[in-house]
Amino acid sequence: MEDLKELFEAIVDGNAGKSKALTAKALTEGVDPQEILNKYMIPAMDEVGRRFETNEYFVPELLIAARAMKGSLELIKPRLVASGAKPIGKVAIGTVKGDLHDIGKNLVAAMLEGGGFEIIDLGVDVTPDKFVKAVKEKGASIIALSALLTTTMPSMKTTIEGLKEAGVRNQVKVIIGGAPVTQKYADEIGADGYSDNASSAVALARKLSVGDN
Amino acid sequence: MKALLIELLSAGAVLTDGSWGVHMQSLGLQPGESPDVWNLTHPDLVAKVAGAYVEAGSRVILTNTFGASRIMLARHGYGDQATAINRAGARISKEAAGDRARVFASIGPSGAMLMMGDVTEQDLSNAFIEQAQALAEGGADGIVIETMSDLEETKLAVAAARATGLPVVASMTFDSGKNKDRTMMGVTPEQAAVELTEAGADVIGANCGQGIESYVTICSRLHAATTLPIWIKPNAGLPEMVDGQAVYHTTPEAFASYAPTLSASGASFIGGCCGSNPEFIRRLKDALRVAGNQDS
Repeated sequence: MEDLKELFEAIVDGNAGKSKALTAKALTEGVDPQEILNKYMIPAMDEVGRRFETNEYFVPELLIAARAMKGSLELIKPRLVASGAKPIGKVAIGTVKGDLHDIGKNLVAAMLEGGGFEIIDLGVDVTPDKFVKAVKEKGASIIALSALLTTTMPSMKTTIEGLKEAGVRNQVKVIIGGAPVTQKYADEIGADGYSDNASSAVALARKLSVGDN
Repeated sequence: MKALLIELLSAGAVLTDGSWGVHMQSLGLQPGESPDVWNLTHPDLVAKVAGAYVEAGSRVILTNTFGASRIMLARHGYGDQATAINRAGARISKEAAGDRARVFASIGPSGAMLMMGDVTEQDLSNAFIEQAQALAEGGADGIVIETMSDLEETKLAVAAARATGLPVVASMTFDSGKNKDRTMMGVTPEQAAVELTEAGADVIGANCGQGIESYVTICSRLHAATTLPIWIKPNAGLPEMVDGQAVYHTTPEAFASYAPTLSASGASFIGGCCGSNPEFIRRLKDALRVAGNQDS
């Protein structure tokens, strides 16, 4: 167990090599993968989020930690799947129609993946129709919309309308973000949540996923 | 200091320009459309925006080339026209400026992240070299690297711009962290000022991201950390969506009222970013004149 405290620290420090080695070792020693995930890995990402909130960490540290988390998750996932555990949720993410700026979207996707979500990355300039398909055909439980430009923000509204028209709005939670986006705008267009950074987007997605399973 | 900068600064605080985007939208630019491509397709309309700032009294105007690196243009399918688009952008602003203003050509972020592995250092560097060269060939008097958040990317752009021999402004966006005094990548004003001075920039700046009221502290901090002149271009507040349109709440009068304070905090170049327009520049000019920061 001392080793696993080190796993927590390796992820917080973003030491991908070490976190992967410690995870592999714990698995060969027969530690329950669910326990590794819930007691060490997820708390590590929570700690990363806390450090981000308190300005100890910024985007580069978030990314490095998410990369370490991803490496360990890749080892653990097959065991979890074999034991019948489901991922916490499936997120279809993309920049909305007209918007080609994907840095924010990529950051959120990396953090959500580190947070244990399955990611369906729809890329940039994504039409409402493609989001609808991700719900209908791939079973996305969360739609994450990104926009950098004020001129493309209205596409968030049309995407939500598209989900309604296709009759899938109630099957999915919609979260939005991007430099000009605000909570007020999220409320106006009927999104289920808004986050102003990639770290709290994970907490938001988790909150919205509770009760779905 | 480069001769052009000495000449510009000898007449007091230098008025730069404001936002181009909203004006271009009013001329027909569609949501999501590449503004930079207009340098080839609608040069007359781009010239209108440049001309409006010259008329308003800008002593330095920028160019419609913010998103014209090969990497950003490729997203719109115009990557292979980077050189033509940048040359045309510089030429349009030069013609609009005549002998009334100088043209500092804009280089914005690539939109790709080095540390995510979206792009290699070599590709990024090549793209900035290509853009800077084309801007110089188009007649630019200086180069402004702006709205940057990653120090490594900014340094690659500074190196590319320096190779032209023109004066180089390196300006980052401080809008993150608890106190909104870091770039998205966590860079402080002090780090930016010190490292970009070392990288060989001629002017250090901050632009976009926040309203002008937040810029007094950022400007002071940049000024305290470098001996180079400071370039400041704040937003007209933060946008709010009203009926699908972005509305910026800071009035030209309120914006201009900060100009003397900014100047006293070390800003040598002052203009506006998102949400500002020629009226902001006219008001800034009056405010600086009243405060005795400008000759004319």
